[in-house]
Amino acid sequence: MSHRASRPQCPALARSLAGLGLALLAGFCAVGARAEEPGRTPKPTIVIESQQHCIASPETMRREHPDMLRHQRVRTVRLGERGTKVSLNACIGCHADRKTGSVIGSDHAFCQGCHSYAAVHIDCFDCHQSSVRPAPARVTLGATP
Amino acid sequence: MSEQRSLTSRRALLGAGVAAAAGLALAPGVRLIQWAQARSAGELASGQVRWGLLIDANRCASGCTACVDACVQENALQSSIDLRQRPQWIRKVELKQMGADRTAAAPVMCQHCAEPPCVDVCPTGASFKRADGIVLVDRHTCIGCRYCMMACPYKARSFVHEVLTDQKPEVPRGKGCVEGCTLCVHRIDRGQTPACVQACTESENGAMLFGDLNDPASDIARRLRTEASRALRADLGLDPGVRYQGV
Repeated sequence: MSHRASRPQCPALARSLAGLGLALLAGFCAVGARAEEPGRTPKPTIVIESQQHCIASPETMRREHPDMLRHQRVRTVRLGERGTKVSLNACIGCHADRKTGSVIGSDHAFCQGCHSYAAVHIDCFDCHQSSVRPAPARVTLGATP
Repeated sequence: MSEQRSLTSRRALLGAGVAAAAGLALAPGVRLIQWAQARSAGELASGQVRWGLLIDANRCASGCTACVDACVQENALQSSIDLRQRPQWIRKVELKQMGADRTAAAPVMCQHCAEPPCVDVCPTGASFKRADGIVLVDRHTCIGCRYCMMACPYKARSFVHEVLTDQKPEVPRGKGCVEGCTLCVHRIDRGQTPACVQACTESENGAMLFGDLNDPASDIARRLRTEASRALRADLGLDPGVRYQGV
């Protein structure tokens, strides 16, 4: 198993995530430097519905959300860790567009807005549901026979 | 000389460790910490547990598809694609005894083997067995090669041939990956039974029983101890977690 663990999982995704990191870094450095001169640099036009800091500051989240999600997905799928702070469904639940209920679908949507600005394809929603759906409640008492 | 001695003592220590581990394995059901049915947030799946099913073909009604329908509903498997390509996590099988009138019906799904051949053949490590015995596909790693589909003697795995948009948030699935019964792992992690078992119980056939095979006090372990049951293709020695009665 050890030789498998060292092998990069989903190399296409890793490449696109690395690309996203670089692109975002470059993009936000440029935005920061030119903050006084709006219009010189195009910015992503995302509509952020929830302004609260769910996990970390926006700066940290912009750079580190791919790593956070990638780390947590392994723990959730393989180890069965549930109900954690980092969760794709929690992101969607908080940040989906109030009208469409989705984080993709337009260049103003929370995920797609930035990803299309940075020209990074989002693989997540090839499999994951991108819209808010009512989540079933956790059962605290054992319901199994 | 001293190096040799230290090597010997290290071997002795290793031997003791192995013996201790074997001792633990030889005494199933004896454990220091009792697990709770529903895990709290952040808690990992426990290796003390082995989830399993007991299916009584004598109680399974031949025309009833409650379990199959519940599975389709729960995991959003609805599809209009050709039947030969449609994912099938659970199916009803009608059995007829040769030379006799006796017939029986039973659902067949991933048997959640203790020695899963799908895990053995997977070239990327996507097919894996969780600590609590549930055999799953990590779709993040699956390349869709379908070796596992060929390796599975129960035909329990399916390939997704079409682009999907109506997935449930808790059951992500998409084109190009192999998938199969997850034993409703998202429900188990909430402390519920799999959807098929719940539907079967509600249909009043009561042919399916879900529980922890490792817990001697559980209903499933008690029935497996006291009543006759069998594993499908027991000759393969895969030690499936799904057991059958009346087949």
